[in-house]
Amino acid sequence: MSRELPIQLTVNGTPWEGTVPADLTLLRFLRERLALTGAKEGCGIGECGACTVIVNGRPINTCLMLAVEADGAVLQTVEGEASDGQLSGLQQAFVDHHAVQCGFCTPGMLMSVRALLQRNPSPTEEEIVEAIAGNLCRCTGYSAILSAIRSAGPAREAPDAPGEAPRLAGSVARPGDER
Amino acid sequence: MTTEHRYVGGNHPRPDAYDKVTGEAQYVHDMALPGMLHARIRTSPHASARIVSIDVSRAAALPGVYVVLTGAELDHQLGLYMADKRILARSVVRYQGDPVVAVAAQTEAIAAHACDLVQVEYEPLVPVLDPEAAISEGAPLVHPDLHTYSHMKGVFFPVPHSNIAHHQKIRKGDVERGFAESDCVFDNSFDNPPVQHVPLETHAVIARALTRGRMDVITSAQSPFTVRNILAHTFGVPHNNVRVRIPCVGGGFGGKAGIHLEPLAYMLSSRAGGRPVKIVATREEEFNTLPSRQGLKTRIKTGVTREGKLVAIKVQYLWDAGAHADYGVNVGRAAATAGAGPYSVPHCHVDSLVVYTNKVFGTAFRGFGHLEVMWGVERNLDIIAHQLRIDPHEMRQRNFLRPGDTTITGEVFTENHGRPDLCLEQVAGAIGYATRPGRGQTPTRVPAGKVRGYGIASLHKAPAMPVFTSCSCVIHFNEDASVRVLISGVDYGQGTYTALAGIAAQELSIPVEKVLVTFDQDTGTQPYDWQTVASRFAFMGGNAVIQAARDCLDQLRQTAAQVLHSPVDDLVCDNETIYVRHNPHQRLSYRQLALGYTFDDGNSIGGPIIGRGRYIAQGLTHLDPQTGQGKAAINWTYGAHGVVLEVDTETGDIEVVHIASSFDAGKVLHAGMCRTQVEGGVMQGLGSSLIEGFKFDEQGRLLNPSFVDYKIPTVKDMPRQMSQFFVETPQLDGPHGARGIGEHPMIAVPSAIGNALFDALGIQFHQLPLTPERVYLTIKKHRTDK
Repeated sequence: MSRELPIQLTVNGTPWEGTVPADLTLLRFLRERLALTGAKEGCGIGECGACTVIVNGRPINTCLMLAVEADGAVLQTVEGEASDGQLSGLQQAFVDHHAVQCGFCTPGMLMSVRALLQRNPSPTEEEIVEAIAGNLCRCTGYSAILSAIRSAGPAREAPDAPGEAPRLAGSVARPGDER
Repeated sequence: MTTEHRYVGGNHPRPDAYDKVTGEAQYVHDMALPGMLHARIRTSPHASARIVSIDVSRAAALPGVYVVLTGAELDHQLGLYMADKRILARSVVRYQGDPVVAVAAQTEAIAAHACDLVQVEYEPLVPVLDPEAAISEGAPLVHPDLHTYSHMKGVFFPVPHSNIAHHQKIRKGDVERGFAESDCVFDNSFDNPPVQHVPLETHAVIARALTRGRMDVITSAQSPFTVRNILAHTFGVPHNNVRVRIPCVGGGFGGKAGIHLEPLAYMLSSRAGGRPVKIVATREEEFNTLPSRQGLKTRIKTGVTREGKLVAIKVQYLWDAGAHADYGVNVGRAAATAGAGPYSVPHCHVDSLVVYTNKVFGTAFRGFGHLEVMWGVERNLDIIAHQLRIDPHEMRQRNFLRPGDTTITGEVFTENHGRPDLCLEQVAGAIGYATRPGRGQTPTRVPAGKVRGYGIASLHKAPAMPVFTSCSCVIHFNEDASVRVLISGVDYGQGTYTALAGIAAQELSIPVEKVLVTFDQDTGTQPYDWQTVASRFAFMGGNAVIQAARDCLDQLRQTAAQVLHSPVDDLVCDNETIYVRHNPHQRLSYRQLALGYTFDDGNSIGGPIIGRGRYIAQGLTHLDPQTGQGKAAINWTYGAHGVVLEVDTETGDIEVVHIASSFDAGKVLHAGMCRTQVEGGVMQGLGSSLIEGFKFDEQGRLLNPSFVDYKIPTVKDMPRQMSQFFVETPQLDGPHGARGIGEHPMIAVPSAIGNALFDALGIQFHQLPLTPERVYLTIKKHRTDK
């Protein structure tokens, strides 16, 4: 079988050191070696985004990255999102806006958004859309997810935040709508 | 009475969301048992072929391989309604993707490698791929032994020595007389391709064969008791020998309604001496091996008066079932009962044929055939309205079912059935249909640039279910007077548990936070439910929860009556307490009674409160085999969509500007769950409208079995605006008047899009999906023709 190589990395603040097979994907490493099963495999070819975790600040499809490529990296997974048993503001927003249905895409979706907010605390609507464009969700139709993300970015609460969407009862709208 | 604990119609959080945002939620994908083996399958590269030989010797010799299984070793034949399927193909393969060999090994990689080492020799046969060809004289038979298969008698009618798995007839009035009496008669035909459910979690199962014919199956499925029932029948063991457990499910949409990989996993485990075996379908297998939505060809002949009143409709629905009947036969049955739309049609003649072909087989899919049927019915109506120069909205209003009318299966429409007319009015109003630019003036030549179009479409659907469909619920009180609600429908994302928790809390008059609807399903401990399909769970489950809650209250009152020395009838249950109506200070908390009451001297009475509830479909009848007349539906949910779109005539690209949707929910049980069901369903409907559909080559090989070639909507495909409306005409026997709306948001979305596209371009589209390629080429053709 495949050759074992030594790696060391940090996952959710905890260092890990050991050897892994050269052909082990980062996704399998997280799920099978570290029992962090939040990241999911939805397709295995980098098209669905369910396996997204944050590697050195960037959202990565871990089904397409080898564990050995993450040598020396700092990783954040959905399991690191809550602290002291309390949901993060982003997680709470997903709950409040019913942005979760089957939940299989949710961890990857949250990691894509977290990576966005880390590099840009006040994203525009277009930046939000771009950030989750690689995360497929078959249940929600995305609108509750967008509502949750809008409410979670603290800077977005400014009244004149760019791209702020009009809020209508029972209605979601994106900029460009002509009403 | 307190006004607290009113949750029906409210917006409390969905309890499962917490586990899902933290990654704590466990799906079968995430699970492992000690000693577990991993299985992979080898599938057929041919749509139709004879298996000449299978040589497994090299695979079996590979270190780490425990079991190599072929169909020759498996005698079982199974199916939901028609026993037409083998666990692994035997002697012939019937579609490209048909499982032929399975391997269980120490790791998935070893199993996959072993599959590659298996040598299979095929003798390719000529496949039958088109349902029309499949019903023509002399067509190759997908199942030559169809006449010997066991099937649900009296409900399904396979035609021996043919490819017809089921022929559903609906006959009302005299359709030929109807055409003779019509002012105008129109013929149209429409086409839907097969479409995949695409749950983000592919099918996954872990099975463990135990001694004495017992088995433990953990599976990503929608219907634990149906999986149990079919496993018990297939392997000839008592139901108590089969334990089926279902943790979180990563999406179903009908694709996990029946039974799929479970028997194979069990057989592999059995051959591996009882070691647990896990199978996770690859994404390609999800497309290619596991079932999809059936394709449909519709031919519809319509007789109308000059005023646009429908007189007669004759339809042939030709369902492309693929290689197995699965739910397909029932789709062909159920969709036929809705096959003329929510309209009053005096003369109706429907032939719905479910036809075997050598393609991946069809199953239930959100909407159960109604999206496909409504594509034809609702496009047809707009085409006719245009010909008659009647506004499409007005045309529909003139034909909607009204109290006193009969449906095409002979059911009398009453004022409690719901308001298709109001739903349509709401969406037409929301998109400004009546004041749309160029109203009624269809472009005579295809315009240039980006063009706006407006379209509307109506829909209806009833749950498709056996006449005896039932469910049950048990509510246990805990020490702190919180409750556990046990019910066996599966919440695979649709939010039913959240709605049911609200119903239970309100009925018991306790905080919703004190209600736990147990999420993990287990046939070993949970009460019976038929299946989680058909938008019937909130309706039937809601009724069962109400009955179970009332049973709890009765038990609380019985014990309290003895303590408070009061007649039972004078006791009021309110806000977690019981008091004497005319003497409210005489009271007990639920907590004092939850596990039994203890007097000061130590004597104790009562005991743990356990409520039971059940519900069985009321008043359904078998449909007459020759006429389809009877009572097929426990309720009908009506709805409508209105669409504003912009089509770029230079690229064929469609952008949806606004889609408004309205449903007569009877009662909105939970505002957030209803709204998000509509949002998600509409987006899934947009996928079917604009981008999704299987493509096969001339040999019957699926050309787009991956996310590279088969796209589903992303966030970038969202309409600029989506709005949701609900009408509430109470369903008299529904929980708080509610009826189901889980599937309906998806139905008729393509129809509204197609109608809007005609409004924009003056071109009638008959085939889905409306991809940029199809739209552009059609525009180009029209321009050249003119």
